[in-house]
Amino acid sequence: MNRFAELLDRLVLTPSRNGKLKLMVDYFRAVEDPDRGLALAAITGDLNIAAVKPAMLRQLVSERMDPVLFGYSYDYVGDLAETVSLVWPDAPERRPNRPPTLADVVALLQSASRSDGPKVLAGLLDSAGIEARYAIIKLVTGGLRIGVSARLAKQALADFGDVDVAEIEELWHGLAPPYLELFAWLEGSAPKPEKAAKALFRPVMLSTPVGDTNLDKLDPADYAAEWKWDGIRVQATCEAGVKRLYSRTGDDVSGAFPDLVDAMDFDASIDGELLVGDPREATGTFSDLQQRLNRKTVSAKMQAKYPAFIRCYDLLHIGAEDLRALPFAERRQRLEAFVATLDPSRFDLSPLVSFADWDELEALRKAPPHPIIEGVMLKRLDSPYLAGRPKGPWFKWKRDPHTVDAVLMYAQRGHGKRSSFYSDYTFGVWTGAEGAEELVPVGKAYFGFTDEELRQIDKYVRDNTIERFGPVRSVRADRTTGLVLEIAFEGLARSTRHKSGVAMRFPRISRLRWDKPSAEADRIETLEAMLD
Amino acid sequence: MRARDLLHPRPEGLYCPPGDFYIDPVRPVGRALITHGHSDHARSGHAHVLATRQTLDIMALRYGEDFAGTTQTAVIGEIIDIGGVKVSFHPAGHVLGSAQIAVEHGGVRIVASGDYKRRADPTCASFETIQCDVFITEATFGLPVFRHPDAGHEVEKLMKSAQQFPERAHLVGAYALGKAQRVMRLLRDNGYDRPIYIHGALVKLSDYYQNQGIALGELLPATVDRSGKENFAGAIVVGPPSAFADRWARRFPDPVSAFASGWMRIRQRAKQRGVELPLIISDHSDWDELTETITETGASEVWVTHGREEALVRWCELQGIAARPLHLVGYEDEGD
Ligand SMILES: [Zn+2]
Repeated sequence: MNRFAELLDRLVLTPSRNGKLKLMVDYFRAVEDPDRGLALAAITGDLNIAAVKPAMLRQLVSERMDPVLFGYSYDYVGDLAETVSLVWPDAPERRPNRPPTLADVVALLQSASRSDGPKVLAGLLDSAGIEARYAIIKLVTGGLRIGVSARLAKQALADFGDVDVAEIEELWHGLAPPYLELFAWLEGSAPKPEKAAKALFRPVMLSTPVGDTNLDKLDPADYAAEWKWDGIRVQATCEAGVKRLYSRTGDDVSGAFPDLVDAMDFDASIDGELLVGDPREATGTFSDLQQRLNRKTVSAKMQAKYPAFIRCYDLLHIGAEDLRALPFAERRQRLEAFVATLDPSRFDLSPLVSFADWDELEALRKAPPHPIIEGVMLKRLDSPYLAGRPKGPWFKWKRDPHTVDAVLMYAQRGHGKRSSFYSDYTFGVWTGAEGAEELVPVGKAYFGFTDEELRQIDKYVRDNTIERFGPVRSVRADRTTGLVLEIAFEGLARSTRHKSGVAMRFPRISRLRWDKPSAEADRIETLEAMLD
Repeated sequence: MRARDLLHPRPEGLYCPPGDFYIDPVRPVGRALITHGHSDHARSGHAHVLATRQTLDIMALRYGEDFAGTTQTAVIGEIIDIGGVKVSFHPAGHVLGSAQIAVEHGGVRIVASGDYKRRADPTCASFETIQCDVFITEATFGLPVFRHPDAGHEVEKLMKSAQQFPERAHLVGAYALGKAQRVMRLLRDNGYDRPIYIHGALVKLSDYYQNQGIALGELLPATVDRSGKENFAGAIVVGPPSAFADRWARRFPDPVSAFASGWMRIRQRAKQRGVELPLIISDHSDWDELTETITETGASEVWVTHGREEALVRWCELQGIAARPLHLVGYEDEGD
């Protein structure tokens, strides 16, 4: 348990992706079965433990310490799990001879009945030290929040076994904790596990961006073009009555879209874009789509107002037949025939865009027929469907981003390599009547600049600080002084959570406008006019 | 005699009317008794200073030889008479030279702890419990959430990370007096025998510790010519915490920022500071040590100062020990 607790603590504070991968790979190497597999399941969210309510934790701790002292402690720390792990009275006489392993802890928690759950938890907390207590409480309260996605954990497995992450993703949904056969295979002591489960995820094919020059070298006749829809890339896979809707990283998102899953009445695997609306009438905007995202439960009203559908790109599997090795042109024909058999309110075909040469396509790209189109996709007609991001067969050619001139307001110190630099920037645009203008923050950006530009901005921040709060500095920004940043972004949605009323998608700094007086930066009305 | 007539707070610091002296005054006074060399306790400009030899040396190193009008060395355990008040200094286990000060007069004995800890520390003499009527305790970590782990284990974490990430420099923030030397000594006691690189601000004090017989091994200045970033790959570099948020830190390759402090017990504190590797190493008592010490002194009354007074006062009340916060101003915990 102590090694798992240490891993969690290191992961949460390690900012870099490579650092996190290294920590996980070393853990998988050092720790034996079944602990490492259980740790993996805890990280990917696949460990099934009955949740404990915060009120029960408070109850347990109040039986063991003065409530006033607990109150002071909780006020200071601010996090219940952490407070309880720290103040829980040490009970050396109740400690077992050997500290509990993660497997011991999981076994006890999984076998506890509802009524003796609190007693079991208290016994575990008695048996553990502070770090392990924290990890136990995080396990039972759900949600480790350590900044590691399931995808990153799978990448760590791939690094550990020196295999392609696509192989892991393809197997994943047929495996269960503690993944003994998976680790055995990755260590080379057993063959690759057989795919046992139905409707498994097929690793998705991704595209590379079109550079400025390489189109000239390509023959337009070799490629099909289609719109790049800015929804959520999904895979709808059904097999023998098992229906799954996967994100492009292989997470099962079926639960959030019951309306769509209901309509998945086929034995096949489709690659497409999840959007909202009725494809026969109108496709919803990104703001509409947002209504359906990041929700734990979806009300019937929400489902009726923003129905989900799939705009189909590709067909990977039909019945027992795997189509992925066929050329795109052939798959496309199969797809067209197949989509025609599906519920037209839930599935339609992503139309091909016909073009004679690159100039014509560029003109189309610049004036797409719908706001939720973010560019065009180019797909080689002879390309098979390959996992990952192969260079060459598929390109994305995005619409040019929006830009706006904003003024730097706050800067925060970065992490890791950037910990001595002010590298995260909050910027604002002008609002208010003439003569009484103020800046309202509209977004945050922490990339898009060169190392040299970072040094320049860092110096500017240090030289123009008016206030400091912890790692954040507020920077002089008024009508006469201020650094203007040209911000590029992909889209803009209304937001009630932001004071400005707008939320930017994917903002980054595209240019430093040292030359531009702060008073000439944009006003909020300019942004409002760009709303999707 | 009532305890509060023997010692009570004034804006300058804790004052003893019969002896006409102050303990750890924050403003220049005529006669000052100093518990230890941290800058919030030991200030320059007093007419007369009484402190241990090591504390006087440390003050001279930090402020220059003329930091006080005159000085007098307090020998540990020896009683000094100041205007009829019996004063004695006893080890506090906080940093090199640190002492508690016992003040006795008219049948009342008060012990002012200064900062103290109970854990073994190879860089200074161990805390000794002094029986007293009134114990004045610090409360820097006076909340039940502060429970320091074994410092040796924390240093193992640091060494393990340096092995795990051999391409990155490990920057350890540690206060210049006490903590820095303790971390270095703990590294040595754990078998770390590579050179340790130190920031310029640590040089004088670390040399002084070594001269006092506390071996710290090979210490090299953490300076680089511009070509040599890779020299620090895998190295452990110790410096004052303020330096790591500064441009100084840019000379190191992709550094892992570590911070050796009791505050690192709280995850949010580590996050806020951008600390990647928190090392919970404190030169102050944790909650359990504070409460044990109060019990051991046998004091019937406890005065609580600099820190989170309310929790410790509450604990004393629950134990039936009279307690009150002593509102002293100007102590800002340089030392952890
Ligand atoms: Zn101190």
